[in-house]
Amino acid sequence: MADAALNQMVDTNKRRFLIVASSAVGGIGVVAAATPFVMSFWPSARARAAGAPVEVDISKIEAGQLITVEWRGNVCWLLNRTKPMLESLPKLDSRLADPNSNVAQQPPYCKNEHRSIKESMWVAIGICTHLGCSPTFRPEIAPADLGPDWLGGFFCPCHQSKFDLAGRVYRGVPAPTNLVIPPHKYLTDTKIVIGVGQDGKEG
Amino acid sequence: MDKLLNWIDARFPLTALWESQWGKYVAPKNFNFWYYFGSLATLVLVMQIVTGIFLTMNYKPDATKAFESVEYIMRDVEWGWLIRYMHSTGASMFFVVVYLHMFRGLMYGSYRKPRELLWIIGCLIYLTLMGEAFFGYLLPWGQMSYWGAQVIVNLFATVPFIGESLGVWIRGDYTISDITLNRFFAFHVIAFPLVLLGLVAAHLIALHEVGSNNPDGIEIKKQPKDPQTGLYLDGINSHPYYTIKDIVGVVVFLAVFSAIMFFVPEMGGYFLEANNFIPADPLKTPEHIAPVWYFTPYYAILRAVPSELVSFLPATQFYGVVAMGAAVLIFFFLPWLDRGAVKSIRYRGTLYKSWLAAFVISFVLLGYLGVVPVTVWGQFADGWPLLGGADKATVVARLLTVVYFLFFLLMPWYTARDKTKPVPDRTT
Repeated sequence: MADAALNQMVDTNKRRFLIVASSAVGGIGVVAAATPFVMSFWPSARARAAGAPVEVDISKIEAGQLITVEWRGNVCWLLNRTKPMLESLPKLDSRLADPNSNVAQQPPYCKNEHRSIKESMWVAIGICTHLGCSPTFRPEIAPADLGPDWLGGFFCPCHQSKFDLAGRVYRGVPAPTNLVIPPHKYLTDTKIVIGVGQDGKEG
Repeated sequence: MDKLLNWIDARFPLTALWESQWGKYVAPKNFNFWYYFGSLATLVLVMQIVTGIFLTMNYKPDATKAFESVEYIMRDVEWGWLIRYMHSTGASMFFVVVYLHMFRGLMYGSYRKPRELLWIIGCLIYLTLMGEAFFGYLLPWGQMSYWGAQVIVNLFATVPFIGESLGVWIRGDYTISDITLNRFFAFHVIAFPLVLLGLVAAHLIALHEVGSNNPDGIEIKKQPKDPQTGLYLDGINSHPYYTIKDIVGVVVFLAVFSAIMFFVPEMGGYFLEANNFIPADPLKTPEHIAPVWYFTPYYAILRAVPSELVSFLPATQFYGVVAMGAAVLIFFFLPWLDRGAVKSIRYRGTLYKSWLAAFVISFVLLGYLGVVPVTVWGQFADGWPLLGGADKATVVARLLTVVYFLFFLLMPWYTARDKTKPVPDRTT
């Protein structure tokens, strides 16, 4: 039978309605069926448990020493800054991209000149804000490769980003923002927990 | 035998399939060197699938065992070293032939009407292949596997607003971990190969429907048919003529392939990077992270774009990511960017030839700059206006990135303006 003749026998409006309606219902079904697959990509209960806060004993960190702990598989630094180290921070303000830490790369209780709760003890995620490499700790003053202006800080070997000893990024380097300060709080004077902040917020 | 064939043909179009896809496929008679790379890409695809199947028999997608199981394949599995080197060399050679195949398309205008869809399917194959290679590179769980994946997944984390969550969602963890390895394994051995095979089938079906282009860019289907053979004047049957030609290509290719595989499987750190012979260590970043060579032009573009690109918007690496994505996706638009009167470079004018040369040079140089650290050529002296203190390599990469994009963006203008030569009626 010719198409035209066939079309005369068919209620095309009804057919269009049925096609749209069944497609819509089918589409909802597809989205619903896709949900478990998409959701299965989120961290599992085990991965979330492994990402729980970690406690660190800071009593053994000597002045000027940096220790590395793992939190959520990330490099996490604890640096016990000396007096000269802290004094170097304000001198660098003019060469930094965000000296006042205006970008929220830290919890509010660490938005201060030294980017920490207590002046000397600095906690940070040791991962470059450019593309996730781990910068190297370069506390020495004016080493040959970093130039005479270097007052100590962190240098990323991947794309040469520079940070000061509070993790503040230099201007004109690939990294766009300061290093991340994770939520953390003091349980006692010698014990820090990383992953939950003193405002109760988790990372 | 004929009886069996007839029995099958009555139930499955075996003969018809063979004849439409190859046996009676009429192709232009003037294919040259550049027409080897399509069939070679198919050959490498088959090799990758076969060697890949055998590698999965001994590989363990487990963060504590993956590196060790690759070493086990290399040292203890009978002939395992050969199968693994075939697979790793095959990965790089896949991109070699695909890049040459794409360059052929650029030279002879193979993407032009009526082959737009053929070209788009090809671009999708290229995208899928990039994903396939990226997922596969994590599996040996070496330092470069780990940190390369870290860098690439963090590209997605630069997407405004949802980036952070997107990164966690892709990894299934807060960092690249066992979970990530396991899912990348699934992508690499089943999801992407399936897509790849489907796209390759579509590419071939589309090609055999629309017909092959040729070095002269002449549509042989517009020619009259030869009364004796019943074929278009400049057409010949693929079989046996191009079957034989492609076999010659296969023999030469396999000779080159074997030479690499047996004598320089690491290719001086370009096919297998030195750092990847060290097990992944999430707490220790390698001194210098570079992707494998076939990704480096795009990596160089990513690095070239400054994070403070737009003064009134926040500084973010996302601009570089967008540029990198655009550099790949812009290939899709080629059929509509080219307004030239002719297809083939043989009849194009100096404008197109110069731009194509500039594009190839920028692509290759960007590829080099993506391998080396940005400090490779040192910095401009502080006295220089504007450039003082900047890394020379970064400045060059920025210029080349501009050339790369101008090749595409100015194409409607320079191809239309180009002084072309008349195209002959018959192939030369």
